[in-house]
Formats: sequence, C-alpha cells, structure tokens
Amino acid sequence: MGHETHPEDGAAAVDFEEVQATPEFQELRRRHRSFVFPLAVFFLLWYFAYVLLADYAHEFMSTKLWGNINVGLVFGLLQFVTTFGITAWYVRYSNRTLDPIATGIREGIERRELDRPATAGEETAR
Amino acid sequence: MSLPMVQLSALKDTTLLNMGIFAAFVAVTLVIVIRASRNNKTAADYYAAGRSFTGSQNGTAIAGDYLSAASFLGITGAIALNGYDGFLYSIGFLVAWLVALLLVAELLRNTGKFTMADVLSFRLRQRPVRIAAALSTLAVCFFYLLAQMAGAGSLISLLLGISDWGGQALVIVVVGVLMIVYVLIGGMKGTTWVQIIKAVLLIAGAAVMTLWVLASYGFNLSALLGGAVDAAQNPAVLNPGLQYGKSPTTKLDFVSLALALVLGTAALPHVLMRFYTVPTAKEARKSVVWAIWLIGAFYLITLVLGYGAAAMVGADLIKQAPGGVNSAAPLLAFHLGGPLLLGFISAVAFATILAVVAGLTITAAASFAHDIYANVIAKGKSDPAQEVKVARRTVVVIGVLAIIGGVFANGQNVAFLVALAFAVAASANLPTIIYSLFWKRFTTQGALWSMYGGLAAAVVLIAFSPVVSGTKTSMIQNADFAWFPLSNPGIISIPLAFFLGWLGTVLDRRTEDPAKQAEMEVRSLTGVGAEKAVDH
Repeated sequence: MGHETHPEDGAAAVDFEEVQATPEFQELRRRHRSFVFPLAVFFLLWYFAYVLLADYAHEFMSTKLWGNINVGLVFGLLQFVTTFGITAWYVRYSNRTLDPIATGIREGIERRELDRPATAGEETAR
Repeated sequence: MSLPMVQLSALKDTTLLNMGIFAAFVAVTLVIVIRASRNNKTAADYYAAGRSFTGSQNGTAIAGDYLSAASFLGITGAIALNGYDGFLYSIGFLVAWLVALLLVAELLRNTGKFTMADVLSFRLRQRPVRIAAALSTLAVCFFYLLAQMAGAGSLISLLLGISDWGGQALVIVVVGVLMIVYVLIGGMKGTTWVQIIKAVLLIAGAAVMTLWVLASYGFNLSALLGGAVDAAQNPAVLNPGLQYGKSPTTKLDFVSLALALVLGTAALPHVLMRFYTVPTAKEARKSVVWAIWLIGAFYLITLVLGYGAAAMVGADLIKQAPGGVNSAAPLLAFHLGGPLLLGFISAVAFATILAVVAGLTITAAASFAHDIYANVIAKGKSDPAQEVKVARRTVVVIGVLAIIGGVFANGQNVAFLVALAFAVAASANLPTIIYSLFWKRFTTQGALWSMYGGLAAAVVLIAFSPVVSGTKTSMIQNADFAWFPLSNPGIISIPLAFFLGWLGTVLDRRTEDPAKQAEMEVRSLTGVGAEKAVDH
C-alpha cells in the first residue's frame, strides 16, 4: 500500500503468454479449477434438488421428524450448513494451496520487472 | 391480539418518535459522510473509496447493500403469511453467494478497475462490449432502483402513518434528495459507511427481536412453530406449497425464480462494484466470507421473526395493517418492545432504502461516466477529474429520475422489478462473466449475442407476462397482452443467454488476441498488476 501504482506500469512489459505457459502457472490454474468447478456443480445440484423437492414433493418434505420439525425445515437448514461449510473449506484451500503459488508467480514477475533496465518514457514512480 | 384496532392506532401515535429516530440516523450518517469525503480526490477515491476498506468492513457493507427492505420486511412477512415458502425464497439469496465466492469475486477484483464492464471488455473489443455491459448495468440498476423507490411509498404509509398520495410523494422526494446528497458528497466511501451503519443496526435490531421471540417460547423452535400453527389454525404453514404450490404454473415459476436468484446475485453490478473498494483479492475473498456469514445469520433470524410474527401478531392483523405483508416485522417489533422498538425498526427500514438506493446510484453513475462517457464518447482521452465531474452530474440526473419514477410508481404493483433485476443480471451478465474468465475461445460476438439476447429475452418475456397485464394483480389491469405464462423469465432467458454466448463464439470468424487472454488469465489468478489502494 505504500506506493501508488498505475496498472499499466510494470504489467505492460510482461510477456503474459510466457507466464501462462510456465508449469507453475499451469499448476495454479489446474488446482484452482479442479477445486472450484466440482464444488460449484455440487452446490448448484444440491440447491436445485432442494428446490425441486420443496416445489414438487410436498408430502415428503412435510413429514414430521420430531415435534413440529419436518424434513423440509431440516433440508432448508442443511442448505445453510453446506453454504457455510463450502465457504470455510474454500478459504482454507485458498490460503494453504492457491495463495502461496499465486504469490510466488506474482513476486517472480515483479522481481523480473525491477531487474529490467528502465526504458525511456517509463515512469519510475517507486 | 384481541384488540387489533388499538394496536393499529397506536402505530400511528409513534410517527413522531419514528421520525425522530430516523432524523438522528440521518444526522449521524451525514457527519460521517462529510468526514469521509475529505479525501475524495481521484476517480479511485470517488468510485472505489480509494480501495481502502478492509474485507470485514466491505463484507458488512455488502450485507447492508444486499439486505434490502424487500428481504427484511418482505421475507419476514412472507414467512408470517405463507410459512415455509417464505423461508424457501430466502435460501436462494444466500446460496447465490457461493457463485460470487468461488467463481467471480477475486478474479474480478484482480482484473477490473471500477466497473463490471472493465472485466467484460478486458480481452474483447472494447467499445461494443463496454456499451453492452454498461447498458445492462444501467438496466439492472434502473429496475432495482424503481422497485426500491416505489416500495418506499408503501412503507411510509405503514411506518409514518402518512396515507395520502401527496404526503407519500413528499417523503419519496426527501429520500431521493438525501440519497443524492450522500452520493454526491461522500462518493463510494460515504455510501459504504451508510451501508455499514445500516447493516449493523439492522442485524442488531433483528437479533434482539429474535432472542426476544425465542425466549417467549423457552428457546424451543418446535414450540414456536407450534405457536404459529395454532395462531394460523393451519398446520400447512410448516409445509412447502402455500405460496408457490398452487398450480403447475406457480411451481414452474418458482423454479424459474430460484434460477434467477442463485445465478443473478454474483452478476449484480452494484454487488460487483463493491469488490473494488478493497486493496487486494484476498480482502475481496474475506468480504464475501463476511457477507455470507452475516447474510446467512440474517436469513436464519428472519425464519424466527416470520414464524414469531405469525404466532404472536397473527396473519389477520398483518393483512389488515397498512402495508400488508410488509407490516409483519414492524408489528412484531411493536408487540415485543412497544413504540420504542417499533420506532427503531422503522428507522432501520428507512435507512435500508437509503443505503440500497445510494449503492445503486453510485454504480449506475460510475458505469455511465467511466464506461460510456470516458471510454466511448471521449474515447479514453478524458482526464479522471472530468470523469468524476460527469459521474457527479449523472448522480443528480439518476436521483431526479428515481424520485419521479418513485412518485409515479408509488401504489403500482412493481414488486416484480426486483425479481426482474436478478433475472437480467443472471441472463445478460453472468454468462459473459463466466465465459470471459474461463473460456479461452470466447469472442466479442459471443459476448454481444449473450448480453443483448439475455437482456432482451428477460425484458420482453416480463412485458408479456401476467405481472404486467391480464390479471387482478397486474401492473396494467384493464388490458391483456400476456402470452408468457410465468412471472419470472429466468428459466428461458438464462439458458438462452448461455447458448447465445456459445453460438456467437463458434460462428465468429474473428478470433481474439491470445496475448490479452493470457494477460487476463494470469492477472485474474495471480493479482499481477492489480489496482492497488490509493495512498493518502
């Protein structure tokens, strides 16, 4: 936060296709997608299963379990549980797995930028 | 409960108290907004609060922005009158945040600057994509804003006991003028603080009421549900189907609504813009986590409040009260804590409208000034100071339009506009956001077909649906041009927009610059070159 950065500075000179092709980046992309895509598919299927049951299976959802608590209420509350659970899981995965790889790649690019001799017309704000 | 009219007249006696509490809220927030505005110098300050909020602050502001009067008063009332189906409705609003968390928030924060169009036009042809994204942003903001302003009128009839048209129009003007002042002076920073304060007041007030209700039933949820069944003399309030299960059409309509809710949230422009107010993608992630906890907790609270209102106030009294279904939460507050709690909850409801319309206005103004004025009309040659000047003028124009729209829409049945805003966001915005971020081949033609196709499908289907014409509850009652049977277009317009995005791409003979695609992908996942916080 200590320095003001213009987005084009530094980033414009990077060969992003080269970075994209590195094994580190490919690994980051694979780990990101292989985590978020299945999870997104899961929670959408689970949500629509719940919606369709509540919409079309009234008898089943109205089955009393104990006291006045029925299946529909339990399933509804389970949607909250899974939402909170997926949130916590994703944050843990990001902090432990994605962030370190992303930070490594970012710092690598920024270091290369600093080593590069400053060319004419380029702002050297830092 | 045996003397409903006594309660209703007591409600009117609290008008002065309600106004006093609301005036105190306005005074406190105005001071904060003016203090916050001291550092408003650059475009990043005005649109994105200098990217200086923490994840927890921004998450609270997101909750303040998202928990509109429609969720607080509307969902509590829906549970009080229709039982389980009101709860079912609220769950879609929560689960939707997982789309934002997993697929959108961080990647968007890393690639964009101020608006949704920044991300969508990143690796496609700038002008056409930016115009399309700005138009859909303005459409969503306009529908949402109109719904909020019109809702303000009917809310006022309940909370302030003002029932004549002129009095309500005056209050809509006051809300609109206050909103203009907040956004004009405070920019995104002021707007964010209003939303944070409102979220804290709303959640605190609702939590106190929830504990109170639960305590009355010995902290036994089953006993509370039993109380609601006894009061309604209808065990079906605990079961699904009272509201959405009437016919095959209403059932399908709910599936359509659920689709729009769960896919629309992460594509609402005013929600997306909030992610630019934090310094890093990690803080954007924290924002969503905070928002999910607060919003989730709040919808659990509305479950208790809704059944509490059904059990302790009763459906008959709620239906008779001015404001109808929206009066469940205020009547419950009065039943529990008398005029003081009612005054507090009423003031919070007002603050809610103010905070939500402020967030929508700054989003629409930023989109007009940054996307249409700076990048299309001035072709990127305007300086940021000029751009902010245009944004401020746009705020005034939008504010005036919102006031006029609100005054004329007051008393009309325009509740469908909120659902329409979600449907437009899910149809016009989400497919292009997802394709841009994750599909390498995606092209400009695909984006344009998807955005315009999704927008047009949602709006046209709504125009020819029963919410606009043909039934007793339609906006236009004495005409019938409805041929689309559902009130929610999502089930058609969302798959159509995804399909058009794919079709437009595979039929496109042009390809996009692979270097831009590589840049967007690397930046979105690593945060290289992302916009940093403004250093003051």
